[in-house]
Amino acid sequence: MRTRKGQFLLVTLLSLALLIWSSWAFQSDELLADDEEFGLEGGRSPDLDLIVPTRSAPSQPTRRRHSDPDSDSKVQFPLDHAFGDSDFSPAGTFSARLKTWSHGGQTLTKLRFSREAFTEMEKEKFKKLLENDDFYRIRVPSNVLSPPGRDHIVSSVKARCLPGDHLDEHFVIHMEGVNILAINYGSPGACPYPRQLKLPAKWSFNSRTVLKSSEQAPRTPAFAEEILGGENVDGEAVPPPERSFWAKYWMYLIPLGLIVMNAMTQAMNMPEEQASGQPGSQTQQTGAAVQRGQTASARRG
Amino acid sequence: MAIKVFLLLLFLSCSHSVFSIYQDQVGLMDWHQQYIGKVKHAVFHTQKAGRKRVVVSTEENVIASLDLRSGKIFWRHVLGADDAVDEIDIALGKYVITLSSEGSILRAWNLPDGQMVWETFLSGSSPSKSILFVPANLRGDKDNPILVYGNGCLHAVSSIDGEVVWNKELTVEGIDVQELIHPLGSDVIYAVGFGGLYQFDSCQLNAKNGELLRHEKAEFPGGFSGEISSVSSDTFVASDAAHSILVLISVRDGAINFQQTYISDLVQDFSGTAVLLPSKLTGIFSIKIDGFVVFVKVIDEGKLELVDKIDHGAAVSDALPISEGQQAFALIQHEGNKIQLTVKTGHDWDDDLVKEGIKMDCERGLVHKVFINNYIRRDMSHGFRALIVMEDHSLLLVQQGEIVWSREDGLASIIDVTTSELPVEKHGVSVAKVEQNLFEWLKGHVLKIKGTLMLASPDEVAEIQRIRLKSSEKSKMTRDHNGFRKLLIVLTRAGKLFALHTGDGRVVWSLLLNPLRESEECSSPIGLKIYQWQVPHHHAMDENPSVLVVGRCAHGLDAPGVLSVVDAYTGKEINSLGAVHSIVEVIPLPFTDSTEQRLHLLIDANQRAHLFPKTHEAISIIQREFANIYWYSVEADNGIIRGHVLKDNCILEVSDEYCFNTRDLWSIVFPSESEKIIATVTRKSNEAVHTQAKVMAEQDVMYKYVSKNLLFVANVLPKGIGKIGSVTPEESWLVVYLIDTVTGRILHRMTHHGSQGPVHAVLSENWVVYHYFNLKAHRYEMSVIEIYDQSRADNKDIWKLVLGKHNLTSPISSYSRPEVITKTQSYFFTHTVKTIAVTSTAKGITSKQLLIGTIGDQVLALDKRFLDPRRTVNPSQVEKEEGIIPLTDSLPIMPQSYVTHILKVEGLRGIVTVPAKLESTALVFTYGVDLFFTRIAPSRTYDSLTEDFSYALLLITIVALLAAIFVTWVWSERKELQEKWR
Repeated sequence: MRTRKGQFLLVTLLSLALLIWSSWAFQSDELLADDEEFGLEGGRSPDLDLIVPTRSAPSQPTRRRHSDPDSDSKVQFPLDHAFGDSDFSPAGTFSARLKTWSHGGQTLTKLRFSREAFTEMEKEKFKKLLENDDFYRIRVPSNVLSPPGRDHIVSSVKARCLPGDHLDEHFVIHMEGVNILAINYGSPGACPYPRQLKLPAKWSFNSRTVLKSSEQAPRTPAFAEEILGGENVDGEAVPPPERSFWAKYWMYLIPLGLIVMNAMTQAMNMPEEQASGQPGSQTQQTGAAVQRGQTASARRG
Repeated sequence: MAIKVFLLLLFLSCSHSVFSIYQDQVGLMDWHQQYIGKVKHAVFHTQKAGRKRVVVSTEENVIASLDLRSGKIFWRHVLGADDAVDEIDIALGKYVITLSSEGSILRAWNLPDGQMVWETFLSGSSPSKSILFVPANLRGDKDNPILVYGNGCLHAVSSIDGEVVWNKELTVEGIDVQELIHPLGSDVIYAVGFGGLYQFDSCQLNAKNGELLRHEKAEFPGGFSGEISSVSSDTFVASDAAHSILVLISVRDGAINFQQTYISDLVQDFSGTAVLLPSKLTGIFSIKIDGFVVFVKVIDEGKLELVDKIDHGAAVSDALPISEGQQAFALIQHEGNKIQLTVKTGHDWDDDLVKEGIKMDCERGLVHKVFINNYIRRDMSHGFRALIVMEDHSLLLVQQGEIVWSREDGLASIIDVTTSELPVEKHGVSVAKVEQNLFEWLKGHVLKIKGTLMLASPDEVAEIQRIRLKSSEKSKMTRDHNGFRKLLIVLTRAGKLFALHTGDGRVVWSLLLNPLRESEECSSPIGLKIYQWQVPHHHAMDENPSVLVVGRCAHGLDAPGVLSVVDAYTGKEINSLGAVHSIVEVIPLPFTDSTEQRLHLLIDANQRAHLFPKTHEAISIIQREFANIYWYSVEADNGIIRGHVLKDNCILEVSDEYCFNTRDLWSIVFPSESEKIIATVTRKSNEAVHTQAKVMAEQDVMYKYVSKNLLFVANVLPKGIGKIGSVTPEESWLVVYLIDTVTGRILHRMTHHGSQGPVHAVLSENWVVYHYFNLKAHRYEMSVIEIYDQSRADNKDIWKLVLGKHNLTSPISSYSRPEVITKTQSYFFTHTVKTIAVTSTAKGITSKQLLIGTIGDQVLALDKRFLDPRRTVNPSQVEKEEGIIPLTDSLPIMPQSYVTHILKVEGLRGIVTVPAKLESTALVFTYGVDLFFTRIAPSRTYDSLTEDFSYALLLITIVALLAAIFVTWVWSERKELQEKWR
């Protein structure tokens, strides 16, 4: 990374034409993804001032050969910040590769961010924001090639959301070609409400940046014919799995079994009851007879 | 209890529910009203006609034939929104001729039934005034062509088949025609007009072939203002460019003569400007001079004489020929709560044919237009009837000093709708009083039982139906348990508020809002929106709810606003504020003061926020929530969306503690070359969401991203703004966004390539459904986006929930980084859509239906389940149990699912759904030129018995069962006793 940066520096110092050549040379060996996310430990980078801003780089890089589909160049755009209602002042620089596609579209890749640390005065201002639970605001140009474009893209966050161990910040930049639509700025994690007043342990930034472009909408399913043809196949292909007799009818079998068992026990008891029922009535009768006998005897007596 | 309801719902959603009604249920819980709008032109057809009728054209682009006896509509046609009617007339005694679309479409309609007979498209080169001239055809055997001037071209069209006989381009002659004159039986057509600012032109054309016979020009050094009024067939009156001189133009034998008269000579203490009113009276014309209408008579040799001077609020009709060489016209003046109708003859001003005073409801405002018609009285004298158009757009027929009928046609142009609860039933007013006596009640129920048991004769069936339709229950003026009875409060374009009863659609009260009437400080006021101002809960018995009406004095955004608070029960204006600061946006805040008045923030054109009501209590409430009030603004022309927050008090010359400065928090700038905002949609603020969790198949749970601050934005390529098909699929796309309006975060962004607007969308709970055109597939599509919150997704562990180690109860902050996932799917849809709404119920438990206003002016109810992004081709068994429908490429349209069944809501513009108290039911109000109201139950009425449920039958059954139990008990007792004695 460092060597490449160094080379870049060298080349930009040499000439514009060479810049194109060199960047072409770099581009060959790597696959460029659209969404790249990487953090950068903050702090004023010493060589920042040395980077020659490539804003003047050709906005439409020359197309060289027919066989070569894409080309890229380097762009930079500033990040400004404001404390509450104060005016905006520079706070950092985004640098990225501008990739020109063969069909004419341009996209940014390999976004890099160098954040300037707070000066003492800014620290005081930020502390004041923390006390008042006020907004920390940032802005970027809406067009990276001709800043500020139509208007600045502004985003704000409650200052109390940022301090952690460091000042943790998270940028999601929504791009459309070379235009920035929106920048979502905030803490990388949660910012629970009510927000507590908390000073950062270290006054350095821990920044993460993500570039996002539009997703493609899924296509409407078009399978009218498939359905017509596929209906029969489906019916044949997925026959209902054959289940055992027990698995299918257990819910009927168990009650049936219970009923049968119940009936059996009843049938077992029945003869006994009948057998014992007969003597019972006899005893009663005899008892009654005894009573009658007694009463009769009593009368007699 | 909730589980029970849930299970019930699950069961119902599994059964395929179709919303439809039976034939005998029509009109039971729905009503339909037909209107036509504010009348622009009227032509009577009373001579030699069995049914006397009047044909009218209106500002809602409706042509209609009305019964002159009752005001009922014989037939009606609603032309397209961009097909405004310019002129109407009757030709050949059987055709209604309409000229529309700025003089380019001429149509003939059959007078008795309204069938279109022919249609002719007339082309021209440059836009101009459009004039229709139908020659009076007394004999009827000769086909006199209709003369049409439109787009700088004069056409003669055969009235029988609409064929163009000849046409003559008159713009090449440099003349802008103002009047066409074709004397009866003459072969010459006269056309007069202006050629430029200073030149008066007169043309003579051959009526047979359109050949230009003569063209005279004359210059008037003072210039013309552009208005012209014909006084006779060869005399015209125009005013000069400074509106201070009247120019009498006479065209005799090809020579044009000008005669000037200073208005100040005619009218004493004249200052300012005079406007010539268009009228077609012989020998008399009228001019409007600051607040007065002046009638001026032309005497011989070009002398002008002032005949009368009347108040500004008067209306004059066109001249009506009553006998040979005699004309009559009507004049209407206001006198307190009465209007004075005077019919005068053209030649003698002091002779009044009719002079009648008519009592007029002051809520109808001023008279705007009057049309007269004559008839022969029994004593062979002339009688007159007048058709009057009032300020509130209502239409009245006046005859013999009485209002014969009236139509509330202001209801054809509803701007906004809100609802209000009815008064609580007070003690002392017994329900029995409203009900009929007991015998009637019993009779009704006996009939019902007969109907249920299918024993009723056809007469009795009709009687049952009549009782059901006329049920006094549904039109009572008190609240009901189910919340079906409400007041619909609607604001019309005329600035009138109406309260309609949901039971039968009758007008409970109406109020012409004074702040929304034309006045000196408010030149052309328009109503904007209605908000619920005060909804009493604590003192619901003795306090009335009220609504806030917001309007604007003129069309620009920076025009001063007007506010008015109206009592919803009585229809009286409680409070009004005229011509305050401009109002760009009104934000109802979720706070109320001690009198339960809702706090509102009014944003003006200078980005200042004004608190309303202006009370100290409101200030103290807003100070508490000062930091938590966020809103956004959409600059659709610029393609910028901004978020705002309150800052501090305004610093103005006059200190105003209710005014706050604002500051911008965030902005989203769409690249102007590739995206243009065409639709923005938010959630309804009062929508109820039952549960945040969505239980999936396989015992899984997903958490809905339920946020009130969600904004849906749809953008298209600026090129693709035009009509469908104006761009190729390769150069058009549709980009949709879901934006959090507190932080300006883009939560989701998606591009539909090869698609085009117009986009109609609806946002509810955690999903958005939108409708657009797919150029590649040549079909309309509907897409759904559902958004789920992942940050709560790990709250699935039951132990976590039991031990309270979950984050479900912690407050949600917009400043936390959202972890959302979205699910999307698109489906083809057959219909063109005018508007989309979604049903809303009291608790949000009932499943939702989309209400789609189709191009055919009907409302289609479509289950949200059809627009589920989780539909797959072969749903598994578990998914099927959950109610997932197998994936199809297009959405089904079932004929039974039309909410409007056979009816049409002509000119459909909006659908409003209001929850009833009963969870299963939602009230649906659809408005356009017509009104339609019904109630629907998306998952059927699972929580109540149907209306026609026979309680008497149930009662009798229970009694019979009890009796049977008693009898069998006695029997069994007896039997047992006998058994024992054996």
